[in-house]
Amino acid sequence: MMHQKSVLRVVSKLLIPPILLFALYVQFHGDFGPGGGFQAGVIFATAFILYGLIFGVATARRVIPAAATRTMLSLGLLLYGGTGIWSLLLGGEFLDYNLLASTPSAGQHLGILLVEFGVGMTVAGAMTTIFYTFAAQTLGGDDTPKEEV
Amino acid sequence: MTAEPNIFLILLVIIPLMAAPICVLTRNANVAWSISMAVAWAVLGIAIKLVMELSAHDKVLYYRIGGWDAPWGIEYALDKVGGLVILVVASIGALTLTYAKRSVEKEITSERIYLFYAMLMLCISGLLGIAITGDAFNLFVFMEISSLSSYVLISLGKDKRALTSAFNYLIMGTIGATFYIIGVGMMYMMTGTLNIADLSSILPAVADTRTILVALAFLTVGISLKLALFPLHMWLPGAYAFAPSVVTIFLAATATKVSLYVLIRIFFTMFGRIDVFETFPLQPVLFGMALAAMFIASLAAIWQQNIKRMLAYSSIAQVGYMVLGIAIATEAGLTGGIIHIFNHALIKGSMFMAVGAMAFGLGVTTINDMAGIGRRMPLVMAAFVVGGLGLIGIPLTVGFVSKWALVSAALDAEMWPLAALILLSSLLAVIYVWRVVEVAYMRPSPENAKQPVQVPFSMLAPMWVLALASVWFGANATFTMDLAHSAAGHLMEGF
Repeated sequence: MMHQKSVLRVVSKLLIPPILLFALYVQFHGDFGPGGGFQAGVIFATAFILYGLIFGVATARRVIPAAATRTMLSLGLLLYGGTGIWSLLLGGEFLDYNLLASTPSAGQHLGILLVEFGVGMTVAGAMTTIFYTFAAQTLGGDDTPKEEV
Repeated sequence: MTAEPNIFLILLVIIPLMAAPICVLTRNANVAWSISMAVAWAVLGIAIKLVMELSAHDKVLYYRIGGWDAPWGIEYALDKVGGLVILVVASIGALTLTYAKRSVEKEITSERIYLFYAMLMLCISGLLGIAITGDAFNLFVFMEISSLSSYVLISLGKDKRALTSAFNYLIMGTIGATFYIIGVGMMYMMTGTLNIADLSSILPAVADTRTILVALAFLTVGISLKLALFPLHMWLPGAYAFAPSVVTIFLAATATKVSLYVLIRIFFTMFGRIDVFETFPLQPVLFGMALAAMFIASLAAIWQQNIKRMLAYSSIAQVGYMVLGIAIATEAGLTGGIIHIFNHALIKGSMFMAVGAMAFGLGVTTINDMAGIGRRMPLVMAAFVVGGLGLIGIPLTVGFVSKWALVSAALDAEMWPLAALILLSSLLAVIYVWRVVEVAYMRPSPENAKQPVQVPFSMLAPMWVLALASVWFGANATFTMDLAHSAAGHLMEGF
């Protein structure tokens, strides 16, 4: 454990909020500048991974349990597919964003935002899950903890 | 494309794809199974509808994603050969899920069952997607969806060796997928397009460049890895032997077939306007590998002790027949290859279901465990024998239809040694099937033989549906033959 390394603990605590904020910036500014769902998801997940490295995986699991990351993973995919199904229901083709709002350009804007948010959620969930799974190996058990499955 | 977009094409992929995260969210084995079951049968309904539409109108069905026209957007295009493949995947998927409930409860840890169904849904979605997409890169994505989920499915086997087998498959499968994408990248470099129909019209102009030659080599080797063409088959026996029964059934009946479909797509659609078999030295290579598969894998099957491993080697041999049909490169040869996709799915599906039922009833894994099983589990063993007769190619089974088509194609192309070798290799199938039959019927049950656990109807019914279908489509092959024949005709014209 890292109880003695107060520098690490303080610095990482200072860093985690800006990391999360930056992830959201990359996420929602992605259609104007560089960025997008995948990058944002990875950055978002690094905040939790950093927390897990410094304060221990068990603590990180209390902050964001495996069940939550798995839900995030699934909801992201559902949001992506749901956007497509929504446009289907509006009488267009799958993922035809033009119909999602009153004007095609507003529709494209909304569509890409929703889809990228779905990607971001899934990627953040997946990265954290992968980290938990690998980190669980060092806990000594040959299987993932009960809560994991 | 000006054709009316067909909404059922996208539903075929999106319904199972959306079912997967819903299964994860339920966190309950029974609910996840019910959802998957409903989805699998709905998908079968859609597949049947699409195939009927294809055979009624004799045209290609299209869909464009996001309203973007091809070749800029991703286009889905379903023709008859794709139709046959989705029919195979969807019907095996529906029957496997019916079969799965009880078998999975016995073979997979209960906390993981809902995840198992989510993975199976992803796998079905990926395999269907490969068959309907009209975009070379999109095909890669679907290939990855189906492959990644099948690695996970295999690793869920009870035996610890399932993990190493899955890892082995992961490495080989990833190399295969990478080779495919390298090939696609090279074609993109030369043509600037990823749309398959577009590729086929631009490729002839650049066909004699070295880049395209190398691209074809990468594509062929990559997909050969995926379809376990000898000598690139090393991942397959372990993966099939140690995966849970349900996974083996599903993958054996669909996964290698879908890869074969990709190979057909590459040779006859992407490179459809170039005579690949004339321009490139493809035919001798494919003949060599196919014949080696037919003989060496069949011989290997004779020596196996593990029953699933034996059937796995037999699958490698059967892939050899399919590739042989493609490599003959005439309409008749291609028909033989395509019809064997369908027929072999019925045969191997029913045989692996029978093996799964034996594992359920008596915990059978090796051929020696099967002593006297013909009397203890008569219904199950009889289905196994029906499948075995199909593997040999006895008249009135689907195996006969395939081999007849292949032999007559070889004779038409004046390749009579090939015809002789096809018949000769069938004799090897007689040996490995007979070995099992002998143990099961002639050898007495051991003294302390347990009474088998009653195999539930939900497992027996799908097994017998497939076994009877393999007789039905053997005796009355008009529908499948017509479909395969006109699919082959389409392909030979080059889309």
